[in-house]
Amino acid sequence: MTAGADVQQRPANARRPPDPRRRSFWLLSLPSTVALALFLVVPLLLMAALSFRADLSGQLLAPFAPTLKQYQAAFASEGYWRLLGTSALIALGVAAISTLLAYPIAFFLAFRAGRRATIYLILLLVPFWTSYLLRVMAWKLMLGSEGVINSVLLGTGIIQTPLDALLYNRGAVVVTLVYVWIPFATLPILAAMGRIDDRLHDAAADLYASPWQQLRRVTLPLSLPGVVAAFFMVFIPTVGEYVTPLLVGGPSGTMFGNIIQDFFTRAANWPLGSALSMVMLGATLALVMVGFRVVQPRRLIGR
Amino acid sequence: MSASKRAAPALRGYVWLLLFLLYLPIGLLFLFSVNANTSLTFPLKGFTFQWYEKLFATPALLHAVGNSLLVAVGSSLVATILGTMIAILLSRFEFRAKGLLTGLATLPLIVPYVVLAVALLVLFRAAGIPLSLVTIGLAHVVVALPYTTLIVFARLVGFDRGLEDAAMDLGATYPRTLLLVLVPIAAPAIASAWITAFTVSFDEFALALFLAGKDPTFPVYLYGQLRFATTLPVMIATAVLLMAASLTLILGAEVIRRRAS
Repeated sequence: MTAGADVQQRPANARRPPDPRRRSFWLLSLPSTVALALFLVVPLLLMAALSFRADLSGQLLAPFAPTLKQYQAAFASEGYWRLLGTSALIALGVAAISTLLAYPIAFFLAFRAGRRATIYLILLLVPFWTSYLLRVMAWKLMLGSEGVINSVLLGTGIIQTPLDALLYNRGAVVVTLVYVWIPFATLPILAAMGRIDDRLHDAAADLYASPWQQLRRVTLPLSLPGVVAAFFMVFIPTVGEYVTPLLVGGPSGTMFGNIIQDFFTRAANWPLGSALSMVMLGATLALVMVGFRVVQPRRLIGR
Repeated sequence: MSASKRAAPALRGYVWLLLFLLYLPIGLLFLFSVNANTSLTFPLKGFTFQWYEKLFATPALLHAVGNSLLVAVGSSLVATILGTMIAILLSRFEFRAKGLLTGLATLPLIVPYVVLAVALLVLFRAAGIPLSLVTIGLAHVVVALPYTTLIVFARLVGFDRGLEDAAMDLGATYPRTLLLVLVPIAAPAIASAWITAFTVSFDEFALALFLAGKDPTFPVYLYGQLRFATTLPVMIATAVLLMAASLTLILGAEVIRRRAS
């Protein structure tokens, strides 16, 4: 474990004359710690406190008798559980599909694009700089009843009446999110592949490994940390997604984030919304921890 | 380096197909931004620049874009300065709360945006702070901080501390050493951290929707306009222009990066 190294260093540091950097240390650490405390820790704690309130009567900071009422309401309703499950499933699907589709692109960029790799990479990332809302809107134009897909199918005579089932459902949410995340998912895989020595492939080929065997036995295991990182980099933001379902989801495409948004806006039930936020935060943190257990992030940094 | 291997036709075809699919919706947006019809449907009605003209005649829209710029510039500056400070702490100092600071600085990567938005909303309500561009900016600082910290940290951690020791042996105080040695070393990373933070903020919607006051940023304004079909082409034209601007920005950044390395 690397922790041992730190422990050995500390007594050595302690015996030195007072560090001339002492004042700098405080000047450097104070602003960031204050900012993180005020705008990350305190808000989450306030939200946690709010989730134990019975209602929102009186001041937000006024003392109150803590109650588990909101959590009981959240856990008793089968609807919330189903929605949480759906959101996790959508995120799982989106993360898996984007990672899978991104993998060959990363492979191409890392080992086959040669000197044009940077151009391809920029080509891949430009869509990322287009308004997120409008990229989602663009999929409405693709999938809508007067959209591109229907126009093409009608024009070629494959169908006679436009398909309504393309938009405003879970499938539309998945397609749109996969579209949004593919470029992003490519990056960590590419980073992991950048550390693979291409001569390993030559060595494998010299030893009569077929291209498929090379991929399975050399490239895949060595790029696995990047694959896992890509998966989580898509999975985490997708679980908490509420914008895309709002635009293309329809009733069946609603996600957990949407009810939280609802309770803080239209429905105006902040305590219940806070409890549901706590559930979501807990579930996300738990999943990330499980993920980190499986992959050991140190392998992502080291070789 | 030796000549790279040729990609199998299937792989090359796959990459091109995916790039095509990636650009199809964007091409569609571009098409409708010069199409002489308010409804975004086929067949196209003919070429026009009227949406681009209308864009510049819509003060509320220009104001919203200006707001987005303001928030992005402000929040990215703060996030870059704070991130650089944290990166220096993590790469150059030994202290007991190091793990805690690392965890806190990267926590926003894991907290879902809705949850963070809602939590900040509770904070601002509790503290009696009215929602405004500042509240959006603060949220953007929080979500950009992990990126700026990690980018600058990655640069500093790979650099020999000998230079700083030398500067201090020659009589420079530590603050001077920071400014004259460490910051120049980290400059390329600081620049790319700033650009990253800027792009994180500029188009951010999920947090801004909760934290916007009466004065919207462009994504919030755009969201409000989605209900009105007639203004959509103007919105799309704006997005096309903004994309062109951001493309210039990234290409510029790429040039800077190449010169630096």
